Amino acid sequence: MAWFRKEKQPRQPLRQRLEIPPDVWEKCEQCGHTDLAEKFARNVEVCPGCGHHRRLRASEYLAMLLDEGTIEEHDTDLRSADPLGFPDYPSRIRKASANAGESDAILTATGQLGGLPVNLGVMDFAFMGGSMGSVVGEKIARLGQRSLERKYPLILISASGGARMQEGVLSLMQMAKASAVLAQLGDRRIPYISILTNPTTGGVSASYAMLGDAILAEPGAVIGFAGPRVIKQTLGQDLPEGFQTAEFLLDHGMVDDVVPRKELKRVVGQLLRHMSGKPAAAGWASA
Amino acid sequence: MGTTLLEFEKPIAELERQIEELRKSAEGHEVEVAAEIAPLSAKLESLKADIYRNLTPLQRVQVARHPRRPFTLDYVRLCMTDWIELHGDRAFREDAAIAAGWARLDGETVMVIGHQRGRDTKENLRRNFGMPHPEGYRKALRLMKLAEKFQVPVLTFIDTPGAWAGLGAEERGQSEAIARNLYEMSRLTVPIIATVIGEGGSGGALALGVADRVLMFEHSVYSVITVEGCAAILWKDGKSIEMRERAADALRITAPDLKRLGVIDDILPEPAGGAHADPEAAARTLHDALVEALETLKEIKPEKLLRRRREKFLAMGQVVESDA
Ligand SMILES: [Zn+2]
Repeated sequence: MAWFRKEKQPRQPLRQRLEIPPDVWEKCEQCGHTDLAEKFARNVEVCPGCGHHRRLRASEYLAMLLDEGTIEEHDTDLRSADPLGFPDYPSRIRKASANAGESDAILTATGQLGGLPVNLGVMDFAFMGGSMGSVVGEKIARLGQRSLERKYPLILISASGGARMQEGVLSLMQMAKASAVLAQLGDRRIPYISILTNPTTGGVSASYAMLGDAILAEPGAVIGFAGPRVIKQTLGQDLPEGFQTAEFLLDHGMVDDVVPRKELKRVVGQLLRHMSGKPAAAGWASA
Repeated sequence: MGTTLLEFEKPIAELERQIEELRKSAEGHEVEVAAEIAPLSAKLESLKADIYRNLTPLQRVQVARHPRRPFTLDYVRLCMTDWIELHGDRAFREDAAIAAGWARLDGETVMVIGHQRGRDTKENLRRNFGMPHPEGYRKALRLMKLAEKFQVPVLTFIDTPGAWAGLGAEERGQSEAIARNLYEMSRLTVPIIATVIGEGGSGGALALGVADRVLMFEHSVYSVITVEGCAAILWKDGKSIEMRERAADALRITAPDLKRLGVIDDILPEPAGGAHADPEAAARTLHDALVEALETLKEIKPEKLLRRRREKFLAMGQVVESDA
């Protein structure tokens, strides 16, 4: 397959497309705190009351992490095939595309993060639960290839229930595919930062999500190999409080840090500067 | 466990019983009875062949999980010499769901690493039904690195329902352990041959499966999810035969399916009646296939080997590139 195809115009971030009227109120699913929708939006969908991180769309992460006007999205024309002829898969894809957009479960882009050129891939849970099939694997492989060619650091933000069952063992193989690309980046000393959001489980957590040179997680995110329901079933008892949360993984040494969404851009920039031998950014060093 | 019979194996067992009875009653009249037994034996062989040629995907799952099917250590015993098992991940503990060690194949040293199921309940408890904890994968990686250090090829055997899902496994980083193996196997500078000998269950199987050559026994299966799990998610019924059959068909988990999808390289034919009917014959097939594959791979320079391995996995998957 060709690595480069014609590229589309970058998409507008969701918040610019949706004009939020000033008098709409929203309620936090976690603590019940009620506030202006606009206030939630300005706070990158983190509850001003309790700090609960609501789910963001992939395009919102692009807008949040990359500098304005620098975003160039890639491979927007990749679509899922139906390699197994799996029952109802084409109709499920059509439905997901209509509801969540045409980009399958990941957006990939090149842009600048605090002035540093980076390649960024963001999974979108809204598209079939962020499930990883061939399109997700191929987009990550191509993004990784771009990083190899231009020596740009790679950042992947995960939000996924795991492999996409409807593509069978080919979905499973995307784990090996993505890991092979990351190994190439590693051998060439190109930094890779993995950011885990709610949820990151299954085949995604057991491949690229856990392979970062730095691994960051959003507060409260559920992260694990097996989903909590499966483990509860095998155990036949309730899971301990806070099991498989970002904080639990931090305690068990599985992630480098838990980082609130508002801090993500600064922390990622700081890490990338350290790992690529760049001087500290103005205004960030002391923050 | 010698009596374990799958439903579709019953006609075979019935014929075997008839032949056995004839033999027993023959005392002193072996010659006359031999004439009666011969056509029955021929019938038995063709019955076995017939039944096994027409196995449904779900029946293959049952064969792949058969308690008498040869396991990793059976193949080690039957087609290798000079075996010495190695234990532990050097960090937490030994995990008996994966067996690993040095052996010789055709006189040459190899590193063998495979999932190991138990033949009976007691052994299955010790080996956790071949479902590794993170320590198992870390032991596997430690020994792959050891093989690389001494430039010895790695042979892996895949036979697991999946990686273990439990509290300790999560606490100790099941995801990281599997991911690390995928990463390191894609850059290990010695030949790797993986063989799916039984059930290839999801990420827990793939963690031993990133290889230059992936072989698969005819009636083995390899899947992203168990048929039970798939049926439970899609049709809220992981128990009934009908739903499990539907899932087994839909997931394309048989050796011919996987060959067509480009996930495996070669299918190893099984003796009539499956590998458990004649483990020695299955082991001979495996032995010859491994020797042949190793001979080819040993000729390839490390850089080229790695490039080919990487390209093979990078090519996996199917996408449509449209301008729509
Ligand atoms: Zn709240």
